[in-house]
Amino acid sequence: MIKIENLHKSYPMGKDSLHVLKGLDLHIKEGEFVSIMGASGSGKSTLLNIVGLLDIHDEGTYHLNGQLIEKLDEKKAAVLRNKFLGFVFQSFNLITYKTALENVALPLYYKGVGRKERQEIALQYLDKVGLKDRANHVPSELSGGEKQRVAIARALVANPKVILADEPTGALDSTTSGSVMELLKEINREGMTVFVITHEEDIAAETDRIVRLRDGVIISDEKVLKTAKV
Amino acid sequence: MFDLDRWIEMFKTLNKNKLRTVLSGFTIAFAILLFTLLFGIGNGLKHTFEKAFARNAQNSIYINSGTTTKPYKGLQSGRKIQFTNDDTKFINEKFEDDIQFFSPSIERFRVQAIYKGEQNTYWVGGVYPDYQPLEESVIEDGRFISVLDIKRRAKVIAIGRMVEKDLFGNLSAIGKNISLDGISYKVIGVFSDPGGDRDERKIYTPFTTAQGMYSNHDELDYFGLTYNPKLNVDQALAFSNLLTKMLKEKHNIDPRDQGALRVHNFADGAKGVQQFMMVLNIIILFIGIGTLIAGIIGISNIMVYIVKERTKELGIRKALGATPKSIIGMIMLESIFVTAIAGYAGLLIGVFALRSLGDSLEKYFILNPSVETYVVVGATIVLVIAGTIAGYIPAKRAARIKPIVALNDE
Repeated sequence: MIKIENLHKSYPMGKDSLHVLKGLDLHIKEGEFVSIMGASGSGKSTLLNIVGLLDIHDEGTYHLNGQLIEKLDEKKAAVLRNKFLGFVFQSFNLITYKTALENVALPLYYKGVGRKERQEIALQYLDKVGLKDRANHVPSELSGGEKQRVAIARALVANPKVILADEPTGALDSTTSGSVMELLKEINREGMTVFVITHEEDIAAETDRIVRLRDGVIISDEKVLKTAKV
Repeated sequence: MFDLDRWIEMFKTLNKNKLRTVLSGFTIAFAILLFTLLFGIGNGLKHTFEKAFARNAQNSIYINSGTTTKPYKGLQSGRKIQFTNDDTKFINEKFEDDIQFFSPSIERFRVQAIYKGEQNTYWVGGVYPDYQPLEESVIEDGRFISVLDIKRRAKVIAIGRMVEKDLFGNLSAIGKNISLDGISYKVIGVFSDPGGDRDERKIYTPFTTAQGMYSNHDELDYFGLTYNPKLNVDQALAFSNLLTKMLKEKHNIDPRDQGALRVHNFADGAKGVQQFMMVLNIIILFIGIGTLIAGIIGISNIMVYIVKERTKELGIRKALGATPKSIIGMIMLESIFVTAIAGYAGLLIGVFALRSLGDSLEKYFILNPSVETYVVVGATIVLVIAGTIAGYIPAKRAARIKPIVALNDE
């Protein structure tokens, strides 16, 4: 699903440039539940942005769903994002003046789905994350956990290939963190590829595979032993 | 191009961001309102001056005779110059091509007019039919003096609107007989005059009738004429100078004598008034443009601010699959819609305010303050375009920045 080879990325910092990713190789198959671990500054967010087509890489190759990503203009990137990717952010990134339902329906709007159908599908996904009764609330009326569930419903609604979650539990307490992770696991069980970025050991432990990053290189890539979990 | 979904999305956005919508709308509406009011009041001033100076045809010349102030060719000063029918013939022959309308005239002041117990004194002029276009009088009822009246020396009169009002109240004067200094004249017409009340308290009678009545067979008091409107101001002045010179020669008047022949050329005055009006126009234009610029700056600021405020939202939309084009389209649609509606509202309020103001400010020299439709519509369009451009530039920038940067914008 995601195939990265020798990926490099640097950011200009004044006169110098900051070399963030130094030749990553990563292969994620369909249906995997992968977490990227690393301290801040390790390059994990940069990796997610590149994988999420929110940023472009300098060197190396990146295949998304078998398609080579290169020379992406904004329009093409937007279409691909809409088609293949669902985002879950640490800070939720819901549109504040839109209700939960409208937020969830937004990717469908950009996909060109009719209004009535949009509403139906969005409501369906809200139901899936257990927030059908909160459909007409704006984000400020929702708790942190609820907001993240709305965001997850929004990420799922356009039926993408991969869910990219950037510190999905970073702004949540441990109880709600647990339930959000449960939700992601459930989604994964239904066959969705889920790609989580975190710096929390216990969150990573919930996934099936942990890739550790340090200073822009992968230092380990191992399967989580499910038997170790209770 | 019309996409109902986009409009619904726009209305939702506008509705949920009322403060923003009202703020930008208010800026536009206020700018247009101010523009309309200032422009309208400026026009009101202009109307006042137009009315004050537009008394006679712009190309008219009046020639009165007086007494000589200088001895010339052995003749003493203090000699009275008297025009006669011979002068009429002389001018007619010499200047046929340069003259448009021409009327030798006889005038009498303070003539007592009586109608059924109502009485007043008026200026009475014996004139030719050409006198009407000369004064730019407008016939309200009946007709003016005709060639036939001249031929028949008919005892008929055309009276000003105010004369009719004075003597007849609200009744029509047409066909009634008025006594002027004891002699009965039939009213054949009522006229109004751009010169206002003063010129509407006049009575005109056929020249021949007046000559027979008031003067010694062939004497007359003054000439009124308009020169060919094709002449420019300089040619007109040259024409009136030549006319003056030849008349002076004919009457043995020293060319430098200013008192014997008094020529009033409206081209002189018209030039001054025109210049004054031009300055007034420039001032009005300046005020208008100034208001517009203030409005443009206002709406530009707000648009830049709005887009800046929405950077994060736009980033989210991009992450969810919005193309740059759809982002730009969305912002433009919103800005054009708001500015157009608000601009139209400001225009309506402004025009309505001017209309309700009406002539109530006449004593402050503001008469019928109004704005030409094309001017306000033009101004509104300018502001809408300004709002669009002001929205487009930051929208384009917002659409171009990487979604990740936009998402991190707090």
